[in-house]
Amino acid sequence: MEKTESGKFEGLTETDQAYLADLLKQLADDDYLLSFRSSEWLGLAPHIEEDVASASISQDMMGHAAMYYGLLGDIYGRDADDLAHFRGPADRRNSILTEKRNGEGEYLDVPKYDWAYHVVRNLYYNMHKKVKLVALKQSSSTPLRDVAAKAAMELYYHELHWRTWFIQLMNSSDDAKARMAAALEKVNGECADLFHLGKYSEDITRKGYIAPASEMKDSFRKEMEKVFDQTDSVFSFPDDQKENGRLGRHTEDLEHALELMSEVYGSVPYAKW
Amino acid sequence: MKAVTGMTESEKYESFMKRIEDGDKIEMDDWMPDEYRTVLIKLISMHGISEIMGALPEKEWVPKAPGLGRKLGIMAKVQDEMGHGQLLLRVTEDLMKPLGRNRADIMDDLFEERLKFHNVFHMRTHTWADAGLIGWLVDGAAIITQTNMLGASYGPYARALKRICAEEVFHAQHGESIIMALAEGCTEQREMLQDAIDRWWPSLLMFFGPESKDTTGSSKQDATIKYQIRTKTNEELRQSFLSKYVPRIHSLGLTIPDDTLRFDQETKIWEYRQPDWKKFKQIIGNEGPKSQDRLNLRRAAYKNNAWVREALEA
Ligand SMILES: [Fe+2]
Ligand SMILES: [Fe+2]
Repeated sequence: MEKTESGKFEGLTETDQAYLADLLKQLADDDYLLSFRSSEWLGLAPHIEEDVASASISQDMMGHAAMYYGLLGDIYGRDADDLAHFRGPADRRNSILTEKRNGEGEYLDVPKYDWAYHVVRNLYYNMHKKVKLVALKQSSSTPLRDVAAKAAMELYYHELHWRTWFIQLMNSSDDAKARMAAALEKVNGECADLFHLGKYSEDITRKGYIAPASEMKDSFRKEMEKVFDQTDSVFSFPDDQKENGRLGRHTEDLEHALELMSEVYGSVPYAKW
Repeated sequence: MKAVTGMTESEKYESFMKRIEDGDKIEMDDWMPDEYRTVLIKLISMHGISEIMGALPEKEWVPKAPGLGRKLGIMAKVQDEMGHGQLLLRVTEDLMKPLGRNRADIMDDLFEERLKFHNVFHMRTHTWADAGLIGWLVDGAAIITQTNMLGASYGPYARALKRICAEEVFHAQHGESIIMALAEGCTEQREMLQDAIDRWWPSLLMFFGPESKDTTGSSKQDATIKYQIRTKTNEELRQSFLSKYVPRIHSLGLTIPDDTLRFDQETKIWEYRQPDWKKFKQIIGNEGPKSQDRLNLRRAAYKNNAWVREALEA
């Protein structure tokens, strides 16, 4: 990895750069992966209006990923596209929740995707992102504050969208309720690392780049309890799980996703696309 | 709305035709001949469902699009196409309402193969160059057919087309930008691009439909011209396409797989090898290379999500 002096992050020591880079990878890879998972749903949503709405959301998420990769590129003196496409699973810092498949089957065949899982996963992810962006708007790093302010404007609509779906399905037919309960259980097994801040978590918070995980988790819990109050269910959040994406320990689903996403970009490595 | 009460059927028809000839726009609640309604429903539902089925071949390339900018670009395009489908299905639904039919019937017509979609969207996409070519030349062709209907006598369709055409221009630019990068790229990229043109050329010629119904046994162009929904014939549109794109393709140093292709300076007409119209009939009859796969994808998704639609109604 070459190192260059970057305008935006001037005056940072090497260790500070490492802390910030790790945090940026968490933010960028999260949006990159979940945007991909959402785009697999394109054309397959429950109705056409929803297809249009969720296509717009996955686009925004990819836009946020691009902003974070841009900052990461500034730190490393590398191209944002290379950072998005050429990093292997061990270097990825996204949470497990964002990498898991939408359900059975490949998006090019006849997949059996689960809309209940899509709704629950997106509610958890977007609520977590909302809390994080609030914290990032107070970051000691100016570039992070600026990007968070931009992303937060769009996130407002994303979170509202998935919250509306969630409450509606949780209060509808028995069949829907059962499917949502199953989805909640699945998400509960995959979301424990959402607020984990990775191997430099103490340094990241000590430097004031983002609020401590415990604080963000508290805000998240309060927000989610408000949502669950409008349903018959009780909110719960897991303490731990087997894999931890923030530490680069992922499931097989990630590898497959990354291969697909880099298939063309990596096919002729020196080419401009 | 014009007062039509107290008129005989033929008086209504004459006054309707007069309105059309005067350039008046027909609105959804206005009286209209059954044939006009039928022609519109057929045309607009096919257009709408083609937008929706057309999102599928490009969707295949959304995750694979090389680069963040390309990923964003193709996501935006696919979203627009779904939006066009939505807009057009709403226009169709209004026309169908007096017949007691709705959105679910449109989807049913698609699944039961009574409602057809455009020939190009039955084809397989092989490489990233195909994704670029669809934007550049398929959307380019769509702009030509759709601008031909911007003055359509049916107001709601004309207004929808105005918005759609504005977005199609961005799609063509998006496609052109992908194509330019490939054309200016390395050998592998140029080969990929030439291969895409070779494979897509017959489909692009077919896009405008047969010259007359003698070719395939049926064509809706006569009725659409009579009712001033469109002005130019299929062949005139194809000629415009050739005039616009043949020079551009050549200027990129690419070839077109037709050695008979030439512009006759005297008649001002492009001569070209006819695509296989028998094959065209098969393709739009859902016997194209990807017809059944894409229909099955839609059918399965519709069935798979039935519980969501039921829950929303609960
Ligand atoms: Fe379109
Ligand atoms: Fe288009």
